[in-house]
Amino acid sequence: MLEKLLSASRAYYVWLGFLLCLIAGCGLAYWQQLRTGLSITGMSRDVSWGLYISQFTYFVGVAASAVMLVLPAYFHHYKKFKRMIILGEFMAVAAVVMCALFIVVDLGQPQRMLNVMLHPSPNSVMFYDMLVLIGYLALNIVIGWVTLEAERLGVEPPKWIKPLIYLSILWAFSIHTVTAFLYAGIPGRHYWLTAIMAARFLSSAFCSGPAILLLLVFLVRRLTGFEPGKDAVRTLATIIVYAMCVNVFFYALELFTAFYSQIPGHAEPIVFLFAGHDGHLAWVSYWMWAAAVMAFISLALLIPPSSRDNPALLPFALVLLVAATWIDKGLGLLVGGFTPNMYETVTPYMPTAREIIVALGVYAIGALVLSLLWKIALDVKREVGNFSG
Amino acid sequence: MNKSRRSFLKVAGLSVFALTGGLAARAAMPGAAGAGIAPGGYAKGEKALRAGRWAMVIDTRKFAGPEDYEPLAEACRAAHNVPRIPDAQNVKWFWADSYEHCFPDDMNAYPDDKTRARAYPLLCNHCANPPCVRVCPTQATYKTEDGIVAMDYHRCIGCRFCMAGCPYGARSFNFKDPRKFLPSPPPNPDFPTRMIGVVEKCTFCAERLAAGKMPACVEASDGRVLFGDLEDAGSNVRRALAADFSIRRKPSLGTQPGVYYLI
Amino acid sequence: MYNAKAVIAGILVFAVLGTAPFWAGMTGKEYRSTGIIPPKDEKSCIENAEFMRAEHMRLLNEWRDEALRGENRVYAASGGKKWNISLQNTCLKCHSNHEEFCDRCHTANSVYPYCWTCHILPGESK
Repeated sequence: MLEKLLSASRAYYVWLGFLLCLIAGCGLAYWQQLRTGLSITGMSRDVSWGLYISQFTYFVGVAASAVMLVLPAYFHHYKKFKRMIILGEFMAVAAVVMCALFIVVDLGQPQRMLNVMLHPSPNSVMFYDMLVLIGYLALNIVIGWVTLEAERLGVEPPKWIKPLIYLSILWAFSIHTVTAFLYAGIPGRHYWLTAIMAARFLSSAFCSGPAILLLLVFLVRRLTGFEPGKDAVRTLATIIVYAMCVNVFFYALELFTAFYSQIPGHAEPIVFLFAGHDGHLAWVSYWMWAAAVMAFISLALLIPPSSRDNPALLPFALVLLVAATWIDKGLGLLVGGFTPNMYETVTPYMPTAREIIVALGVYAIGALVLSLLWKIALDVKREVGNFSG
Repeated sequence: MNKSRRSFLKVAGLSVFALTGGLAARAAMPGAAGAGIAPGGYAKGEKALRAGRWAMVIDTRKFAGPEDYEPLAEACRAAHNVPRIPDAQNVKWFWADSYEHCFPDDMNAYPDDKTRARAYPLLCNHCANPPCVRVCPTQATYKTEDGIVAMDYHRCIGCRFCMAGCPYGARSFNFKDPRKFLPSPPPNPDFPTRMIGVVEKCTFCAERLAAGKMPACVEASDGRVLFGDLEDAGSNVRRALAADFSIRRKPSLGTQPGVYYLI
Repeated sequence: MYNAKAVIAGILVFAVLGTAPFWAGMTGKEYRSTGIIPPKDEKSCIENAEFMRAEHMRLLNEWRDEALRGENRVYAASGGKKWNISLQNTCLKCHSNHEEFCDRCHTANSVYPYCWTCHILPGESK
């Protein structure tokens, strides 16, 4: 099926060329980071993780979210998702690739990263995170490729793929749970030390991931005429709104425990995130308030079926939702975890331009993987007449 | 695509995967990777100081401001070639801070003026139950049989999970090349420096204990910092703890720090 | 298979070329010095020269793990002599000229260990 990549429009190749140039350009910033160390980032002794790890966390969620298509399609035989499911699986592949790269760019000694396998440490959550991510990547590549091939040949997928699909459903939950355990098992980081972290991660993933998928599918519909199916879009939007409600609810639970118990450690990171310190708002406070506002606007637009099914409003609401969840998990989570620091003082963190460029490079690689895989999938669908209408 | 060629590629891909997997599994087996290569044997040094669990007791009443701790911090830096880096990406093994920052639990809202005004030293607590060791994905940080939480800089991949895990902020990452911030040659030619991209911290001077010497900060403290075996009821540290009131940093986290402060 | 002859021949050529260093190594040659200059005052290293030549890197790894993890900082060599386990304070005391000893052989064999980013060389100054 790789030959599908050899026959594409000029615009597609220009897009690939653009991504490759972007990757090369951002690669220069990473090259500099390799030579001069992570000193090019805004991280410090007190805020020892930053943008890279937060993006890793966010994209594990995006990867896991493929299950929101797979689960209804295979557990509940919801056939209308069948057309879009491959796009979800291939998006998961791209997202896991990004996760792996975000970890690599965050390492101080990346040439030693295989030490995680050479000296396996079952006591470390990161060991399990590596296992589940590699497993999830393999599962999605195999399942996506085999089912797409069967679709192309007009036959039922082979029987052996079924158990793998069921496994991938459980596996999707596991990757984000394990990622939450990276944070939720650490004593002394009050913002992270919460049993609901994994549940929050999953709910945030199950609204933001499908929202990103839908936005990308809308874009592809505009560009190629691929029709995901009206009912499928409607169902996925419903899933998104439920997940987002749960996500906001879970965050409210955090707020209750922190502020009703009035235990200083629980409240301080949240106070910092929304109110800054010493009477000054931190830069992240503006983002957090923006996230809160966007979350509620997106819910206000998505909950009433009339506006949710409105093709003009839906993308707008989804963009707000993605932005809100990204700020919560891709920014606030890390800043809140490290601020106040271990001495109850504030060490500010702001990603540097070069740090953002390196992260952008990883985004571009994800976009490249996604572009290649989706092109194959969409061409196969066009070939077998499973494309529009 | 031709059917047989495709199946050939599949088989080839799978065999490469199996082969590398097998190699990785062999390397992962304990002892397989060249252990026991040496024809000779290994032993502890004759002068080596041993303990069930090393611990430190700091008589903070005999120190006042941060300047009182400076000779100790300087002894530490000199012994381990710890650089002075003048920004937030710095490296610290032993340093002084205020009462509120050292003991943020606010145990007494109205401590006496002297206690509040004093500076307190911070360093790795060499916990009995260290979160940094628990989270390290490569066992680059580990606990020795003497209760020291030690680091193997050769193995550290610089993921900084241990820094997130440490509730005491005892760990530093080499954001920058430390040698650029050290004189050349570095102060102690008998001890290595670190390299860019690895995490480091206080080692309770394991290398000095092995040579029969007390830790550098203890030696520089004129007896105001005690160092001994916590598991020996007759040791200097146990006697000091029995005689005076002492506190530890963040005891509620269950890490069981090995650094005690006499207040 | 299309072009079966060319494909099989190509695979064979690739396999031979890819494994060439192993065959070349196995055809057995005498040890040829890369021109390293061993320390003049010492007659022998902690173990015999053949062992050290072949295994010094693994021995150093083992030393590191024994000293750091096992707190065994003394090595009793097979000859009975005891050595303090330390690259910087034992090995480099005799092998004090790393350019003529370490580097010469490492460079000839295209290996570039980065020991000296941390371990301080004798007489080092920038």
